[in-house]
Amino acid sequence: MDLAVFLVQCLNAIQYGLLLFLVASGLTLIFGILGIINLAHGSFYMIGAYLAYALAPWAAANVGGGFFVALGIGIVLSIAFGYVLEWAFVSYLYEREHLQQVLMTYGLILVLEELRSILAGDDVHGVAPPAWLAGTVPLGGVMTYAVYRLFMSGVCMAVALALYLVITRTRVGMAIRAGASNREMVQALGIDIRLLYRIVFAGGVALAVFAGMIAAPASSVYPGMGNQVLILSFVVVVIGGIGSVRGALTASLLVGFVDTFGKVFMPQIAGLLVYVLMAAILLWRPEGLFRTA
Amino acid sequence: MKLPRIAIPPAIGRLLKFWPLAAALVVLALFPHIGGGFYVDLVLTTMILAIFALSLELLVGGTGLVSFGHAAFFGIAAYATVLLSAKTDAPSLAWLLPPVLAIAAIAACVIGALCLRTRGIYFIMVTLAFAQMTYFVFHDTSLAGGSDGLYLYAKPRLAIGDVTLLDLGRPMTLYYATLGCLVVVYALLALIGRARFGQALAGIKSNEQRMRASGFSTYPYKLAAFTLAGALAGVAGFLHAVKDGFVNPEILAWHQSGAVLLTLILGGIGTLRGPVLGAFVFVLLKEVFQSEAVFGAFARHWQLPLGLAIIACVALMPNGVVALPARFRRLRMPIPHAG
Repeated sequence: MDLAVFLVQCLNAIQYGLLLFLVASGLTLIFGILGIINLAHGSFYMIGAYLAYALAPWAAANVGGGFFVALGIGIVLSIAFGYVLEWAFVSYLYEREHLQQVLMTYGLILVLEELRSILAGDDVHGVAPPAWLAGTVPLGGVMTYAVYRLFMSGVCMAVALALYLVITRTRVGMAIRAGASNREMVQALGIDIRLLYRIVFAGGVALAVFAGMIAAPASSVYPGMGNQVLILSFVVVVIGGIGSVRGALTASLLVGFVDTFGKVFMPQIAGLLVYVLMAAILLWRPEGLFRTA
Repeated sequence: MKLPRIAIPPAIGRLLKFWPLAAALVVLALFPHIGGGFYVDLVLTTMILAIFALSLELLVGGTGLVSFGHAAFFGIAAYATVLLSAKTDAPSLAWLLPPVLAIAAIAACVIGALCLRTRGIYFIMVTLAFAQMTYFVFHDTSLAGGSDGLYLYAKPRLAIGDVTLLDLGRPMTLYYATLGCLVVVYALLALIGRARFGQALAGIKSNEQRMRASGFSTYPYKLAAFTLAGALAGVAGFLHAVKDGFVNPEILAWHQSGAVLLTLILGGIGTLRGPVLGAFVFVLLKEVFQSEAVFGAFARHWQLPLGLAIIACVALMPNGVVALPARFRRLRMPIPHAG
């Protein structure tokens, strides 16, 4: 493998890992703080991709903006959607067993997946990236790399940084961290824990929807695209440790590299390698890499 | 009016408690003579699902382990059934079933050994992830036909010399064999529930810390339960492969694991009749939602009403169908007179 190919694969791995991080970080926050196992998280990713597909032409025709206007509208919609979803379905699961959370969110998957089928059909769609990001950059003479993929990595890194700053430097972030370690104590201090939960859930949904939206131009938009991402996010959360955003970042990149290079070197068993990695981590540290509590 | 009290000997009283079970058994045994071919097939499907759900009940209801990857063992056994069968001759049941169950049990033992290092939400995710791994093994590699799946060319039979005792290729024989398996699995789980092993599992479910404190090494117990549950799911997988004569990776997909968990919670966790009732309710619901006579063209989107039914079920009857009579009794209870 020469250097340019290696470099391209590295960029792919980073881009894939960072995208996975956006989905997995929402999942790990919802696990860690709300104590909810949310199977519908992959569906939010799928919704994001379909939103990009539906909103981009609409925004171009009516508002006069392209992809980025659609992105903005999508984020606003997803926060509202997450907020309503928490209020309607998730809010009374906090005291219930995991099993009931699993079933409720499993039911949500079926509903969301069928609504998608009714509203958008079962065809595979593509989304055009914005014109100024559509080109490629030359890489080491013969290779080229899509500008949009570089842009994706950049955006994901910016979001990861913003997430880090929100959690470590703001009042809401402080409340979130406190809520993760002791729910009752936070309530006793006069913080509205239900509102906090609602914010975290809506934020998690928005992260997954956002990931789906920016992934849409790079991959195609197809039914069931959320399932694959959901399972991989589970693997990421298991490797990184529940509730740890830092762990999610490390684990996402690890999974990104293992998957990408697995496809290059061992295409036959590439699908399995990620799970082998998970098994190895489980043997070594069953609580995940960054689990502290 | 008050009925006169008749003194019933306690032994008979205990037997009388089993009359609903006996009645259900009689109905199931007589059903092929009453119902048409389509309905017999439907009941056969239901009984296979009931065995599958019973095997999961040992984990969820018996031990408190919520496995979201139980379809893996069902699917592994189904694949093993097809892969171990010869392409020409009808395979012998005696040579086929034991290795199939052993393979399912070994797979469950290996996967369980890893999954049981975790607990709670982790356990749910890890079981799901490993089930998905087995899905990819069958889906991506050329080991067993890839995403197209495999056909079972000849159905297994049991013969001594030239006398055929059981030929699972005959629908009636398969029906009664499945009913027999259901009874055996039910009885086995009932026995386990009363045995020391089952009591230990129940202890682990209610308080694992305390079980450990009182000197039980809980890990081997959990692993044994996981392995046994995998083998019993293998029984269901074997029957499924024989019934359909065809396997593809979809039988290992996580929708299967979700469906069997749903079956369990529909029926009610913690009892053995729950999973069986749940299987009937689930198959009926699915059949109604898929029927074009009821829903017309909308039947194509049958997962939407199913999803809504799941959500309603979790919200309104968290304890399943089994708990419904008690619920109604509470509603019907006369309000005591005030003053």
